[in-house]
Amino acid sequence: MVKNSLGRLIPETFHGRPLTPYADPFSLRPTGNVAPRPLRRVNPGAGKLLPGLREAIEAAGLRDGMTIATHHHLRNGDLLLGLVVRELDGLGLRDIRIASSSVHPVHAEIIPYIQKGVISAIECGVNGPIGEMVSKGELSCPVVVRTHGGRARAIISGQVPVDVAFIAAPTCDEYGNMNGFYGPSACGSLGYAHTDAEHARCVVAVTDNLVPYPASPISIPQTLVDYVVPVATLGDPKKIVSTTTRITTDPVGLLIAKYAAQVIEASGLLRDGFSFQTGSGGISLAVADHVRRMMREQQIKGSFGCGGITGYFVDMLEEGLFQGLFDVQCFDLKAVESMGRNRSHMEISADMYANPFNAGAVVNRLDCVILGATEVDVDFNVNVNTESNGYLLHNTGGHSDTAAGAKLAIIVAPSIRGRLPIVKDAVTTVTTPGETVDVVVTERGIAVNDKHVDLKNELRRRKVPVKDIRELQQEIYQITGRPRPLEFADEVVALIEYRDGSIIDVIRKVEE
Amino acid sequence: MTEFRLRRTLLYVPGNMPSMLQNIPMFDCDGVIIDLEDAVPYSEKDAARILVRRFLEGYTDRNKEVIVRINPLDSKWGILDLKEVLRALPDGIRLPKADSPEIVERLDTLLTEFEEELGVEIGRFKILPSIESAAGVINSIRIARCSKRIIALAFGAEDYTASLEIERTKTGEELFHARTRVIWAAKAAGIQAIDSIFADVSDMEGLRRETRLIKTLGFNGKSLVNPRQIELVHEVFAPKQEEVDYALQVVDAIQRARTMGTGVISLGGKMVDAPVVKRAVRVLKTAKAHGLIDIELDEEAIYGEK
Repeated sequence: MVKNSLGRLIPETFHGRPLTPYADPFSLRPTGNVAPRPLRRVNPGAGKLLPGLREAIEAAGLRDGMTIATHHHLRNGDLLLGLVVRELDGLGLRDIRIASSSVHPVHAEIIPYIQKGVISAIECGVNGPIGEMVSKGELSCPVVVRTHGGRARAIISGQVPVDVAFIAAPTCDEYGNMNGFYGPSACGSLGYAHTDAEHARCVVAVTDNLVPYPASPISIPQTLVDYVVPVATLGDPKKIVSTTTRITTDPVGLLIAKYAAQVIEASGLLRDGFSFQTGSGGISLAVADHVRRMMREQQIKGSFGCGGITGYFVDMLEEGLFQGLFDVQCFDLKAVESMGRNRSHMEISADMYANPFNAGAVVNRLDCVILGATEVDVDFNVNVNTESNGYLLHNTGGHSDTAAGAKLAIIVAPSIRGRLPIVKDAVTTVTTPGETVDVVVTERGIAVNDKHVDLKNELRRRKVPVKDIRELQQEIYQITGRPRPLEFADEVVALIEYRDGSIIDVIRKVEE
Repeated sequence: MTEFRLRRTLLYVPGNMPSMLQNIPMFDCDGVIIDLEDAVPYSEKDAARILVRRFLEGYTDRNKEVIVRINPLDSKWGILDLKEVLRALPDGIRLPKADSPEIVERLDTLLTEFEEELGVEIGRFKILPSIESAAGVINSIRIARCSKRIIALAFGAEDYTASLEIERTKTGEELFHARTRVIWAAKAAGIQAIDSIFADVSDMEGLRRETRLIKTLGFNGKSLVNPRQIELVHEVFAPKQEEVDYALQVVDAIQRARTMGTGVISLGGKMVDAPVVKRAVRVLKTAKAHGLIDIELDEEAIYGEK
């Protein structure tokens, strides 16, 4: 065991893999080259269309111990991962690693196959029951949680070689040209799949909307795709879009949003060329609404909005408040529909979005990002992976990537969740290091990281309730009391990988 | 002159909801009315008054006026409410169904007794009578003058329309006479007038129309049912920049007049005298509360030495 720079105890290896403890957000430099993959040749007259997933698995040469990937554009409506895993079992395959972009609660259907040994490891973050069972020690399956940028890095660098990528293609032709804009399972951007299409040893497009050649427009081209498999359905379109894309009506949430907007205004970043990202949560959207109003009133022409894109950003684009949108993933149908018709609403890969090891990601150009938290601590470290019960319940997403990239990373969170305080002495799990977090906004006050003395003074001048983070913590503790710390066993069940591949924290089994 | 205190927004908070009580310090309304009456079901009356006392005891950094709406004095809970919550020193009591001066006088006497018992200054606890019936409206002139503790008359349109057996509309024609009478009664007694709630939280335009109307009529503020309404009401009550500029000129002119030994002066061809100055000072105090200006008003220089 070694302590990383945040004082977290990191084992030297995890299931045979030697680990690099996290040191700081920016200094770890990559060595070597982009990982190679085999050249291929498809001659005139040869087809790519196969009758089913089983034939595709066989044609791809998938064997015991290999790694597969799917993508979470269909979110909690995705049926593809479950279909693939059932076929793997049907073929008697074992010890397969899943390196998807994210696993959602719908994928609880693969739990029996983990128990059976079909799936032996998960090389991605998990949302929902799988993480909970792993945390409790009820499921033996090592998990490595990665950021969106970190996943792209791991695949491109060869840290996680993907043997077969199964790409859910809402629109696809028989030669593998695809896009996500149209069809019964339209999801908009295919941002997470691009990296796999370019780097997996074999690429299988799976579609429920086979169109005559050529599909148009082309998001992922035929040159990257080995096989095409038609299926009855890729997912449940009602669950593809996030259900939370509405401005909050909760007065506490609205107050938090108002403070966050005041922080943005006081930061001086809200000027021509402003770039901005928010998630799809109710508070984030309320902040976006304030930002939109301020941009209108002050006639500010922004540069870009990015990340997971919602209808609110589409409206801002169409109103001329941004020059363009960079979209890795659409959060609602309005965004899906906009991508299909507006050239300024651009699809980008997770690599371009957030990979720290390329010639410059979009997050590097971000002025301001609004992020959530399940916990923060007095050093501004943020947890989004575990909750106060210690269970691994959430994926990191672009949290650490955007916090590192943006000039101003604002965490918005209610000061009390359930009956638990949001500000702790030390977060249960560090997802995003405090050195990349600038401001924490709660309804009880705003804490500004000490590195921003000017911002702190400006907010005080504007009579915004700025508090020292410890002062804020004490104020919350007066209501909630100090929670008893959780007890963990020594056994490490999951890694939290920072975007550069170093280990920022680990998840230990919860002592029940 | 009575103490200047902004009461644009008095937010109702149910007394039986810990999750909402704990948020009271955060909202920037001018005051809160913690409710033990209509918002609290019969089965929770006891629990609520204890909860409210405990909350107020812990709320030491009082950043807004705290008023408790007790149950009517002729109910079995009214006195018990007072007994419990006054110990935690709220600023005042909102008295429901204040239909006659006698009812308010009864509360006044009770408050004096409690003040003696608690050893606090006599007159510390203020009264905000709710004028919410035809009788209350008729008696409002006498009610407004019946106790020195009364800070304002609060009009309760929901109960009032119920007592008249009519519907409350969003345009409020049916309330016009009652509202004006409550305002006259209050202003004649030198106290403030607080308008009724606007119940439809989703209708912000309706709230804006009604707030504009009641501001024009002379109300000093409104009771609110949701924190989301606060900002809009403050916005409507905020003085316009022209008003602030003019008020600053008036105050400047009258101070010059004072140095010349007169109480009247001409400003841009219009006469500036006491009532004009009074209105200007009110505008500036309101502007200051809104954070629009940051100046100290020297009342002696403005009104002259006594």
